[in-house]
Amino acid sequence: MKSSSRGANKHQMALSQYVFFLLLVATASVFTRRILAVRRNILLGRDIDRSDRKGERWANMARVALGQSKMVVRPVSGILHIIVYVGFIVINLEMLEIVIDGMFGTHRVFADLLGGSQGLYGLMIGAFEWLALGVLLACVVFLIRRNVLRIARFHSAEMKPWPKSDANIILVTEIVLMSAFLLMNASDGLMHEEFAFALSSSLQPLLAGFSEAGLHLIERGAWWLHIVGVMAFLIYITYSKHFHILLAFPNTWYARLEPMGQMDNMAAVKKEVDLMMDPNVDPYAAPPEGEQAEAPAAFGARDVQDLTWKQLMEAYSCTECGRCTSVCPASLSGKKLSPRKVMMDTRDRLEEVGKAIGKADKAVSKDGAACANWGGDGKSLLGDYISEEELWACTTCQACVEACPLNIEPMGIILDLRRNLIMEDSKAPDPITSMFNNVENNGAPWAFPAADRGKWADSLDSETN
Amino acid sequence: MKVQTIAEMTATGKSPDVLFWVGCAGSFDDRAQQITKAIARILDHAGVNFAVLGGEESCTGDPAKRAGNEFLFQMQAAQNIAVLNGYGIKRIVTGCPHCFNVLRNEYPELGGDYQVMHHTQFIQELIADGRLRIEGEQPFKGKRITFHDPCYLGRANGEYTAPRAALQQLDAELVEMRRCKKKGLCCGAGGAQMFKDAEPGTAEVNHLRSKEALDTQPKIIATGCPFCNTMMTDGVKHHGAESKVDVKDIAELIADAANLI
Repeated sequence: MKSSSRGANKHQMALSQYVFFLLLVATASVFTRRILAVRRNILLGRDIDRSDRKGERWANMARVALGQSKMVVRPVSGILHIIVYVGFIVINLEMLEIVIDGMFGTHRVFADLLGGSQGLYGLMIGAFEWLALGVLLACVVFLIRRNVLRIARFHSAEMKPWPKSDANIILVTEIVLMSAFLLMNASDGLMHEEFAFALSSSLQPLLAGFSEAGLHLIERGAWWLHIVGVMAFLIYITYSKHFHILLAFPNTWYARLEPMGQMDNMAAVKKEVDLMMDPNVDPYAAPPEGEQAEAPAAFGARDVQDLTWKQLMEAYSCTECGRCTSVCPASLSGKKLSPRKVMMDTRDRLEEVGKAIGKADKAVSKDGAACANWGGDGKSLLGDYISEEELWACTTCQACVEACPLNIEPMGIILDLRRNLIMEDSKAPDPITSMFNNVENNGAPWAFPAADRGKWADSLDSETN
Repeated sequence: MKVQTIAEMTATGKSPDVLFWVGCAGSFDDRAQQITKAIARILDHAGVNFAVLGGEESCTGDPAKRAGNEFLFQMQAAQNIAVLNGYGIKRIVTGCPHCFNVLRNEYPELGGDYQVMHHTQFIQELIADGRLRIEGEQPFKGKRITFHDPCYLGRANGEYTAPRAALQQLDAELVEMRRCKKKGLCCGAGGAQMFKDAEPGTAEVNHLRSKEALDTQPKIIATGCPFCNTMMTDGVKHHGAESKVDVKDIAELIADAANLI
């Protein structure tokens, strides 16, 4: 009965179902391909085991990603973000109905199942509507914060035109989607009394002058705008900083659980140090039978492939909020270093490398040859994206890591790049080289002899207690 | 009082309960030596059976590691662990949060597993156990004190309460800076910055941080790290406030309050 009231004839309905189905398949295929490409890019990174302590990992994900615990450290943006986040998840329950309706030509297929507008269904849609209004208003406030109030962290050097537009595109899209949802319900409620919901009904005066046909057009228009908008958004986010809505969950699950101050002891170095310290080892001996002589890997990271897959995942998870940069002592004191830029550079470089590898693979597979090895483009993350000046400004204070709502660790990438500079190229500011020499020769970062270590106590000797 | 090295102690057939890991700044820096002495006085006064490594102590490797020189770090670690394990050390107290972090978090995997405490934690424990009493006329009574969280004690290891609990003993007025605890701003010395010039910028990190401390209008800025102490002292001088505001380590304040200085 309900479905018969919307289509003029069956032929038209079939056509819309056909179009809907095609759009759905197209969206799913583009989205899947893109996800696979991102996954491939992430897996270009070095391996690292993050499968231990599963209980703690689930708890961490529940608290930080699901529970948004680090967002509310800044209450204004934190609470607004929770409204958008809850709205996004809850209103998406409605997507299920929209997809079923679109595919089978039904109209509000759940209404009868859930007790109609006076029952659970009405209650749910009513709640969705209030949330939609909340999301809409929060997005308006976010737009104002970025473009009118011009809050500093949205306008630092790395916030070039694209990252700025990216944020605005997302916010405007969300406002359009929420408006379409409310408009759809308002016009539907005018045409069918049984679909009048609490909030959208109050919008009905806006539509008072329209004929039944006009209302039908508005309702259908809003319905299509909503669903096509969501499909486009789904694809868009995989190219955008907004990817965090999906990656926040794996990123917090795989996050490092050790104390923040603990930095990994490089296993490759440990092996060499053990050899040096063990007098029984012949450093020139051939590797034991059956054990392959490993090709020595580069120390630290020069390019994205030298980082771990977790670090690369972090680059895709970063939503460029800039909380890290806004608390970084280097950034605060006007230095070139910005932890957010470190993450953005890593992602940009990874996308560049990923594209080049994809192209090389395609070119080769056309000839029927085996999978290609991308020969490189002469560029690297270190140098072409992130400069030495930026790296040396880091105090390793962990403020960026603490501030990140998703437990991203810009500092880890900075350390790995420093390791490459030092251990592969011996490139350090002169005073750092002197410090190394002093540690090596005197066991202290200054040029004092070890024999003088106890001298401070001399003046205590004469004291009696 | 006599501070014994572990070699001296071992020669007499004894062994310490606690090793006092002094650290490079605490050993060689004039100002930091005062902090070291304050810690030694507190340990001695509380009757702690402790020793130092003296000439056998060597840099933990922290600045090398954070500057990217993992080789040098692990060489230092191997050397120190050999010494510590050789003496059968179980418990370490250190006056430097950088040493504290490395000894506590990074040495175990390399074969050096000890119970490691920062001096503020140990002082707090001595007070809680009644081994250290702060009695009589309090020199800091009612004075405004603000505590600057060292990154490698606070954020890096989550210790925010012990230094504050120790300061509570002083009967002073504790005030927090706008950025404190988890949000504390670095003094600018960490990650080997202490040993090099800062990159070009619009300000020095320690000037920013000491300004935040001075904004609380303190009589004393309390620290828990010899490097923070240097940075904050210089920052206070930069703002021309050195005649009004002292920068003191918690160990110095406690030693003073307990009439040990």
